[in-house]
Amino acid sequence: MMEELSMHILDIVENSVRAGATMVTIEINESTSEDRLTVIIEDNGSGMDEETLRKALDPFYTTKTVRKVGLGIPLLAQAARAAGGDLAITSEVGKGTRIYADFQLSHIDRQPLGKMEDTIVSIIAGNPGMDFVYIHRRNGGTYQLDTRELREALEDVPINHGSVLSFIRDGVKEALAAMKVGSGIDLEHRAITDDP
Amino acid sequence: MAKLKIEDLKKIKERVQSENALRDGDRRVRVTVHMGTCGIAAGAREVLSTLMKEIEESNASDVVVTTSGCMGLCSREPEITVEILGEEPIIYENVDPNKMRQIFRRHILQGEIQTPFVLARGKEQV
Repeated sequence: MMEELSMHILDIVENSVRAGATMVTIEINESTSEDRLTVIIEDNGSGMDEETLRKALDPFYTTKTVRKVGLGIPLLAQAARAAGGDLAITSEVGKGTRIYADFQLSHIDRQPLGKMEDTIVSIIAGNPGMDFVYIHRRNGGTYQLDTRELREALEDVPINHGSVLSFIRDGVKEALAAMKVGSGIDLEHRAITDDP
Repeated sequence: MAKLKIEDLKKIKERVQSENALRDGDRRVRVTVHMGTCGIAAGAREVLSTLMKEIEESNASDVVVTTSGCMGLCSREPEITVEILGEEPIIYENVDPNKMRQIFRRHILQGEIQTPFVLARGKEQV
């Protein structure tokens, strides 16, 4: 079962991959004072027309032919609704799609975020030709990872090289651990910094 | 305070560049982890993480990892496809981290197909 929000995120990003996106932004906002957690995934893929958009929430609708169900979006919608939130999709043909899911942060049925570092690394490893921006805000602290910046520093070394991926995994993990829940301290975490 | 430092990344870059200069990084094996909704729900992400860890620990730079979607056999997920250069692709079913380690060490590194875990020969049609 999908028991972590980070797994839903990985799954939704796979939709963007299939929609031919070259750029996907993953934004997570956690606020203890507002008791809200929001997840926004935005891509520049093929987008959907109005009719497809209506059907996207239907578990028995899919664009694939190998099976008859499409559970990715319905499962995330269900997870959001079970935790005092909801899911909304906006899309425009030729421009891209934006999925917004929100949750009550303290809700007993809110799924844990889980291993975001594994999700980010899986996405990059599977789609080295695409660019991703990952922004995670928690109580005023911000962490940001931009594969375009990483690529610039790496020059001809591929971003899906094992050493690079393990570097990214450790970086994301440490940064999220450093952003304490409820601390409210303004921590500025950048994926890349020129400071020694 | 945790940061991804640009210098650390540059060190990795330099190390990889010097390694590549020593041997031309040929792609001998391609492993595809099926990452559909069904695969993810069944544990494909853990399988992929295990595989990446194995590759790093054994320093097998000729193994490349990629992902694909669901091929319609959702009940057999997690599935992976192992393609060794010049050999027929093999699809494994119900993979977990332990089976992944065994497939990596025995099949990918030593060439012995792990028959008990095999779903089919051939390449998935996604």
